[in-house]
Amino acid sequence: MIAMLRKELLLQWRTRAQFMAVFVFGAASLLLFSFAIGPNAAALRTFSAGFLWLGLLLSSTLTLSESFHAEMENRALEGLLLLPTSPRAIYYAKAIANWLQLAALGFALVPVMVVLYDAGATDVGKLMLTILLGSAGLAAPGTLYAAMTAQLRAKQTLLPLLFFPLIVPALLASVKATSLAVLGDPMEQGRSWLTLLLAFVAIYWSLCGLLFGRVVEE
Amino acid sequence: MIVMRERSIVPGVVLLFLAAWFGFAVALAKHYGLDVSLGVSTGLQAAIAALAGISGAIYFLLSDNLGPSLKAAQLLVVLGICCFLLGSWYGLFVAPPETYMGQVQRIMYVHVPTAWNALLAITFGFVAAVVFLFRSDWKWDARLEASIEVGVLLCFLLCCQGAIWAKPTWGVWWDWDPRLTTTAVLLFAFLGILALRRFVEDPLRRAVWSAVATIIAYVDVPIVYFSVKWWNSLHQQQSSPQTVSSQFYLPLRMNAFGVLFIMTGFIMLRSRIARERVEQELAPPLPVQGEMQEAV
Repeated sequence: MIAMLRKELLLQWRTRAQFMAVFVFGAASLLLFSFAIGPNAAALRTFSAGFLWLGLLLSSTLTLSESFHAEMENRALEGLLLLPTSPRAIYYAKAIANWLQLAALGFALVPVMVVLYDAGATDVGKLMLTILLGSAGLAAPGTLYAAMTAQLRAKQTLLPLLFFPLIVPALLASVKATSLAVLGDPMEQGRSWLTLLLAFVAIYWSLCGLLFGRVVEE
Repeated sequence: MIVMRERSIVPGVVLLFLAAWFGFAVALAKHYGLDVSLGVSTGLQAAIAALAGISGAIYFLLSDNLGPSLKAAQLLVVLGICCFLLGSWYGLFVAPPETYMGQVQRIMYVHVPTAWNALLAITFGFVAAVVFLFRSDWKWDARLEASIEVGVLLCFLLCCQGAIWAKPTWGVWWDWDPRLTTTAVLLFAFLGILALRRFVEDPLRRAVWSAVATIIAYVDVPIVYFSVKWWNSLHQQQSSPQTVSSQFYLPLRMNAFGVLFIMTGFIMLRSRIARERVEQELAPPLPVQGEMQEAV
């Protein structure tokens, strides 16, 4: 599995131009969200957490749908499945790689949010933790669905269609936790949202790992 | 291939009859001064009705073949429509309007049964998905497709009825309360699965993938419910029969069983269609005319 993870990370490093493109896409969507609200600094600051996560979510579909791109060429996935490892190792390597990439994307989008929406975080540690957990929540089901839809004709449509309704709890908890980290948290509610996020992450990382074997088998 | 077992229709009919008898016939007769309860207490009646109704529906859903025709499913649909008409008539014209909400409250008589049965259909779909992954039996794939489709239809109706009810009562079409939001998420999640089924041509992949997606989406439902509950809450608390007079729960139960019977019949019909399609897809291609002659 470690070797598999190394392969994934190496692949991502080699295609870092794509990461840049996705980042620019995310930043551009953050810019566009502000036009939807209008130049109202207070409102923008209030909704900044929601915009950050929507931007990350939209960019994540690009990252995820690309993540099985290499495996689809020359039937490389079948080659991987022939290796003496379980498909679970492939899944977790993919998911961890996707998680790291999404988290990096999230961290990269934070300065954009701070600049555009004047939303400086009052609690940077908690913001970091939320982005890490939230992107883990996106990566687990996202990788599984990417594996399914990568082989289909209409993958650009189907991936969000399957993926978006599912991650509502993760999105909700991440947005709440982030906005508490940005706007201040007098009632100490941030902890309970992070717990919810952690529960979501734990459930989906185990469930999707369990089911992935059935998705890729022939 | 798909193995079909003949089964008798009798136990299912007996169970559904028990359900209808204790579910609403007793209360309806009492309304007209007759006592047909056979000495069973009210609480026990409700328990028997619910158990018999659900197990009867499951009996029908799990029987592959009740005779050569589709009579059983058609019978169920007709029976369901009769119950539903009776319940709606009672709910619209006999039951008194509610004190606070007035006439608007009558939509409850279709809304609540739809909600119960939508959940039942989706749950049956989840069970079918799990069984398919363990057994790889095509019958369960057909059941999965049928129950998800009927469940999506019921969820959609549920959202519409909810909106119609919410406008005069809360003053808005939509509200971000846990049950509404969960239903909407459920609707979109399972619509996605139906779309997935349309786009996968290989029947084995389609079956496995939609089963996996169904399990993942079903597990999501309670998490969505609790997260939205923490986020915001307004919906009515559930009432139990103890707090509601019999005139209110009678049409509710008639409709509940009516929708249950219609739903069961629909799932049976739809899974028959799905099964025939899979059979056709799995069948070896017919030899071309010329080749046949050569072989002869």
